[in-house]
Amino acid sequence: MKKYIKSAFLILVLLFLYLPIFILAVYSFTDATNIGAIRGFSLHNYVTLFTTPELLGMIGGTLLLAVGAAILATLLGTLGAIGAFYSKKGMSQAISTMNQVPVVNADVVTGFSLCILLVVVFGVSKDTFVPLVVGHVVLCAPFVYLSVMPKIRQMDPSIYEAALDLGATPFVALTQVVIPQILPGIISGFALAITLSLDDYFVATYTKPATFDTISTYVVNATKGAQTTIKTALWALSTVIFLIVLILVAVMNLKANKKVSERADV
Amino acid sequence: MRKLSFSRKSLGIPYALFLLVFVIAPLLVLFYYAFTDGQGQFTIANLTGFFTNPNTMGTLCYSFALAIVTTAVCLLLAYPIAYILAFSNMKSKSVILMLFVMPMWINFSLRITALKEVLTVLEGNLAMHPFLNAVIGMTYDFLPFMILPIYTTISKLDKALREAAMDLGASELETFLKITLPLSVPGIISGVSMVFLPAMTNYVVLDMLYNSTYIMGSLIGSYFAAYNWHGGSMIALILLGIICLFTLLTNGSEEENTRGGALL
Amino acid sequence: MGKSENIIELKHITRTYEDGFSAVSDFNLEVKRGEFVTFLGPSGCGKTTTLRMIAGFDLPTSGEILLNGEPITNLPPNKRPINTVFQRYALFPHMNIYENIAFGLKQKKTPKDVIEKKVKKVLALVDLEGFENRSVATLSGGQQQRIAIARALVNEPEILLLDEPLGALDLKMRKEMQIELKAMHDELGITFIYVTHDQEEALTMSDKIVVMSEGKMQQIGTPEDIYNEPKNAFVADFIGESNIFNGIMTGKLKARFCGGEFACVDDVEQGTHITAVVRPEDVELTAPGEGIISGVVDSVIFKGMHYEITVVSGKNEMVIQSVRSATPGERVGMRVDPENIHIMIAEDHTNIFAADINPDFHLEYNGHILDTSVTKIIKGSRRTEDGTLLDAHGEVIDPKKTKIMVSIQPSDIRMTDNMEEGIVQGYISNLIYKGDHYSYVIHTDLEQDFIVNDEYLWNMDDQVGLLMPVDKMKFALKR
Repeated sequence: MKKYIKSAFLILVLLFLYLPIFILAVYSFTDATNIGAIRGFSLHNYVTLFTTPELLGMIGGTLLLAVGAAILATLLGTLGAIGAFYSKKGMSQAISTMNQVPVVNADVVTGFSLCILLVVVFGVSKDTFVPLVVGHVVLCAPFVYLSVMPKIRQMDPSIYEAALDLGATPFVALTQVVIPQILPGIISGFALAITLSLDDYFVATYTKPATFDTISTYVVNATKGAQTTIKTALWALSTVIFLIVLILVAVMNLKANKKVSERADV
Repeated sequence: MRKLSFSRKSLGIPYALFLLVFVIAPLLVLFYYAFTDGQGQFTIANLTGFFTNPNTMGTLCYSFALAIVTTAVCLLLAYPIAYILAFSNMKSKSVILMLFVMPMWINFSLRITALKEVLTVLEGNLAMHPFLNAVIGMTYDFLPFMILPIYTTISKLDKALREAAMDLGASELETFLKITLPLSVPGIISGVSMVFLPAMTNYVVLDMLYNSTYIMGSLIGSYFAAYNWHGGSMIALILLGIICLFTLLTNGSEEENTRGGALL
Repeated sequence: MGKSENIIELKHITRTYEDGFSAVSDFNLEVKRGEFVTFLGPSGCGKTTTLRMIAGFDLPTSGEILLNGEPITNLPPNKRPINTVFQRYALFPHMNIYENIAFGLKQKKTPKDVIEKKVKKVLALVDLEGFENRSVATLSGGQQQRIAIARALVNEPEILLLDEPLGALDLKMRKEMQIELKAMHDELGITFIYVTHDQEEALTMSDKIVVMSEGKMQQIGTPEDIYNEPKNAFVADFIGESNIFNGIMTGKLKARFCGGEFACVDDVEQGTHITAVVRPEDVELTAPGEGIISGVVDSVIFKGMHYEITVVSGKNEMVIQSVRSATPGERVGMRVDPENIHIMIAEDHTNIFAADINPDFHLEYNGHILDTSVTKIIKGSRRTEDGTLLDAHGEVIDPKKTKIMVSIQPSDIRMTDNMEEGIVQGYISNLIYKGDHYSYVIHTDLEQDFIVNDEYLWNMDDQVGLLMPVDKMKFALKR
């Protein structure tokens, strides 16, 4: 009996989380303009999604921003973690504390303060995309740092010295020995950075050029009463993203299972 | 003292500088604007103004109320889920956990849009129940963030502790209340810290669900729209103050930030 | 330029840290080409720090390191023709065995076919042929150890450094590896510098042993020299099992210790206080009246290769290793061949510390007043009516600028559990058994070291107070 209550509870919450998305998915394949009456199966939403330049530009821009910011964030965060780990306690503590600020801070405050600093104080124009990119790097880099740091801590410290001992320059030792060891942390940090960038609303709102939109800003605006075709095309977008995420999760799960069985064979 | 030819600690300098310029400097700017007036004179009027104005105080209270209710609801839902999953022996445990966590990776604006459509069908005019809808919306947005930290903490608990308690005569309920629950507190704190503050500042969810009540975040938005850097900075500082207080109270158990932990 | 015979020289090497702690002090060493040198000592004695300075991972605060006559003190580790075998192997987990071993050769841009040949050869040397494609995780501890050695040796370094490489292996594996390492050394002719705290290991493998303690070199010599003729009590105590006794020379080639007079072969002046060292395996058990000294068997422990027999003789204790057993309670006699008695001149362990003269002209140390009159201490001094102190020449003695050096013998100091009673407090940082008493080193709260003799056994790290009767103190003036 207890088991059924537990399962029921889990299912209910899962339903709560996924029902809206499912419904939107179902309706995205129709020609309905509202959730309510279904008239007939149609792919016109997807057509709109993949042919409207405005939409495609917005999606492309979001992806470009995410990848670009993630790359910069990963670079800075990884080097920062390595440097902080090998620094004296004071410096290390200082970097760690500064690093925590964007992590605990509200996105609104991060976006607002960066905008004030860059646009009002330094006079950088928002049209240059500089504030936007900086904003997203500030948002993401600390999480890369937090991702990489535990891996550095776990690493056997003497392998760096062993590399030097065998004739490697410090640069070679870092790239051929240290980085491969902390690579899992770097990769998950990178993935985390992309996720954060894609999901961000506030930092983008305060730092983006007026004519640029990310998925978040675009959709929020569209909620305030955009054209119906756009509105329903966004249902298609939601479904596409959901499917992509689903596939990614399935692939990762399969890979993880494969690794487990490989280890068992050794 | 002679130095080694290459120092790995110098690698941290670019990042340290970056943080200094783009994290610390903005904070200083906030301080500057918060405590000056339009003519650049030092003043605490912004601060006192906030706390004496019934509107802004009302906003603060509404934000707290909303955040507390949202956090409570999330906790009441997330904890049982994490608990059930952690102690289950289902083979597909990790898959189900993934399912709960997956919404994190779908853009929130699209999810809220979906929620809005469903709520509109259920309620009709969303503006009729602003607080309720706000809570539902925020919960929908933040619930996955609360589940993971609690799950991680509970699943890492030493099984032997519970077994020892039961061996010593404690019932399941007592074991839970006296052993599992207290030891899962770090996870709870971690989850709460990822929901409470965003709930106070994420005004876009309210906007999307037709709740035009102001919360702290909205104040920043409106000051910003009016080019009032001073007012906005003061609100930002007040929020930062709340964060600091919160962090000090929970003593920064931010060792492992789990916002994307499922990826590791 | 001709290569000097010494492959490496360390000159006055000192390594001091920011907090003032000296890990290595004034270390001097010459190593000849092809030698197997071992740095031996307890944890924290500075042996690993010295090794790391030779490797280049640490810079000496002062001093020079010369390789073949050329200074390399500032040369980074990757440029030194020296390779290290690390304590926990430090194999690269993300590379397989071949890539690990080839790493150093790749840095030198060695052609691929040459690398392949060399890797194969060195794997044969360490008895792991065919292991090229294995991953590190699939190897046992002993195998990883040998790969670590192979990875270092394949680069044909001038010097091979080994940092306690056998510490993580079980006893059997360790003994096998000791023999293999020695064999490798003999075959390759490379200079080995080895670090260990295991004196047996050092004695087995080395051409030359450097015994270190607290950053300083205690003795250098061949294994036989160190074992048979330790230069001081520390070395005697650290190497092998020893019986150590306080004694005195009673005549030419005659020494009295452990309640008996023994003939010895060290010609030390009659009347000199000495420390005598006798190895347990050199003590012969005889019938009760037929030995130089006699005693009662206290305990007999079977140790596999011999029995460890403890005999109590008067206030002394003698540990004997014998292949024959004995019965506890049995009366026995003991004798030792003169060649097997090692005589060292007893170190002067007088404790000396500085005391102040406080404004009231009392002697003060650590806040305690030493109950003695200043005028008695400083010969010829006297107090004038207005309170100033004048010395024998009539000159004013300024209490603030004057210190009194107090000296007291180890046997005159008593230790007490009751800390406040003592004139100063500290903890026991070292102890050596000296046959009829223990010799303790107490490190005080004032950062000084006192030697105290006590017949009772106190424990390491015990917190004690030191009682020093004023009448046992000797004073001297220091301006």
